[in-house]
Amino acid sequence: MTEFTQEFVVGHINYWLFIVLMMTGLYIVVAKGNLVKKIVGLNIFQTAVFMLYISMGKISGGTAPVFPIDMNIDPDVAYSNPLPHVLILTAIVVGVATTSLALALVIRIREEYGTIEEEGVLAADRSIARVEEKEHGEVMGGPV
Amino acid sequence: MSAETLQHTALTLNDQLPALQILVTFIAAPLVVMFGSLRLAWPITFAASAISFVIALMLLSQVIDGSVISYHMGGWAPPLGIEYRVDAANAFVLVLVTAISTLVLPYARVSVAAEVQKKHHTLFYTAFLLCLTGLLGVTITGDAFNVFVFLEISSLSTYVLIAQGANRDRRALTAAYDYLIMGTIGATFFVIGLGFLYMATGTLNMADISDRIADQGANRTVRMAIAFIVVGIGLKAAMYPLHLWLPNAYTYAPSAITAFLAATATKVAIYVLLRFLFSVFQPTLLMEYYSLRFVILPFAILAMFLASYIAIFQTDLKRMLAYSSVAQIGYILLGISFLTETGLTAAIVHLFNHGITKAALFMAVGAYVLRANGSFYDEIEGLGRRMPWTSAAVVIGGLSLIGVPGTAGFVSKWLLVQGALEKGWWPVALLIVASSLLAVIYVWRVVEVLYMKPTPADSVVREAPVSMLIPIWIAALACIWFGLNTDMTLNAAKAAAQGLLAGSAGMMN
Repeated sequence: MTEFTQEFVVGHINYWLFIVLMMTGLYIVVAKGNLVKKIVGLNIFQTAVFMLYISMGKISGGTAPVFPIDMNIDPDVAYSNPLPHVLILTAIVVGVATTSLALALVIRIREEYGTIEEEGVLAADRSIARVEEKEHGEVMGGPV
Repeated sequence: MSAETLQHTALTLNDQLPALQILVTFIAAPLVVMFGSLRLAWPITFAASAISFVIALMLLSQVIDGSVISYHMGGWAPPLGIEYRVDAANAFVLVLVTAISTLVLPYARVSVAAEVQKKHHTLFYTAFLLCLTGLLGVTITGDAFNVFVFLEISSLSTYVLIAQGANRDRRALTAAYDYLIMGTIGATFFVIGLGFLYMATGTLNMADISDRIADQGANRTVRMAIAFIVVGIGLKAAMYPLHLWLPNAYTYAPSAITAFLAATATKVAIYVLLRFLFSVFQPTLLMEYYSLRFVILPFAILAMFLASYIAIFQTDLKRMLAYSSVAQIGYILLGISFLTETGLTAAIVHLFNHGITKAALFMAVGAYVLRANGSFYDEIEGLGRRMPWTSAAVVIGGLSLIGVPGTAGFVSKWLLVQGALEKGWWPVALLIVASSLLAVIYVWRVVEVLYMKPTPADSVVREAPVSMLIPIWIAALACIWFGLNTDMTLNAAKAAAQGLLAGSAGMMN
């Protein structure tokens, strides 16, 4: 078991923040009733992952992974790992696409339901379901 | 840079097949938009899908003997470059996905015209092609992060396609929104898992990750990666407690899309799960062994019973079939959790057989929606006489769902029972049979509604058009064909199972 020394706690500060951000985002998605706020939560959740990836690419004392133009590479210079950063560029693009699609859906939901509060939307859905149950269920031997 | 010159080796078209598998549909998608013509959208989509199907068949014929094709994308050698890796397991899934899309498209032409607004048709087919590309990409790639990218391509277009059902029922919008939230959480969990894997191994190539884990053994990072990946993919595959998005999404999506997704999307997610559990991690890792035995196995059995039980009480045929899908995914996961060759073969065969069965059933539902304007039981009462061909196909699909001998469903359930008995788990074998009895009840209710109830006197319902009947019947006949002639599916599934198990260092008993 790793000791929770001050060095351990402070040394992993970005990982702690990753967990805090991730849980904040997930909590907003679950707890907030407003459909737009849920998307904001989802964004925070995804941003937490970006932080996780970028943290793992960083080496203490490491510099940008650009070789000098004359290709005289000094073996003492440490370079940060560029791969996680590239991966996260892709993930950011995916995140933007998801957000825009989700917002487009919210606009359509607002047009059809007249509200973007989860409660109102669910209530509307439930009342349609009740009508359907009455209309189609009784033929089948009563609503279940 | 370096002075050495690279030998240029000419590749024949045959060598480029793995890349073409993705590219044909991927390039067709923007073409549909650029032409922007309503008349050209469908032919382009169908041609791309048919070509993909031929390519998938050619790939399967090359790897059915157990060999592996490794294609280096852009000529960059793995593990640095992205590798496309085709073996029996994913060639089999590629054939399933492209076959279903090629089958659903001729059917979709009439169904989509009736269910989706005309102005959305070109974009609809574009989204369909992108969804197909994503599913194929997830299946063919050998690079772990590439899986995520393709997974999101297919998911994003799936949300769009499901939302198109809003023309008939506005609840399609909330279904798509819910699926978007849950699907994104699932995909993000998957990326977190990949991040942990990259931390532990420093590579993203699946084969390379597997080698390094085999060398260094499991540590806490790898165990966290397993947990995140199983939960993330479990959301996409509608693994039992994570299935909540599925019933609404399938019920309110356009019928053609429901048929396509039910037969392919969850199946591809299960393939990814298989690939990670067996090729990337080894079942010898205790964490994975425990999660299969104590998490996936009980939830699979719960799914078989609870989802079937809920299906019995539905009043809408489409919704009933959606719940039945959750139950059938339970059977597939049960086969995986046996961790034996028979169990895996059963899972892979069931993946295929359930795919064609559900394609036939959901396409028939679309025919009822077109002619009777709904699929509630009271709307399709007595239609066995008005729509004899569609209804007969529903009966065949239903029998295959139960697992009656002579249908595809029987073959996979028989193998599953065999796998359970091989392990000496006879209570599990009994549970498989018992849950099939629940399927008898929900299928019987449909048969009763279609054939035993009188047709309403004022009913003007006609048989579905031929363009819909032919795909429905090809799928229905396939249910019988693969139930009688089991060589092809069993051999391919066996080769796939052996390939997957060979990836692991040794089996646990």
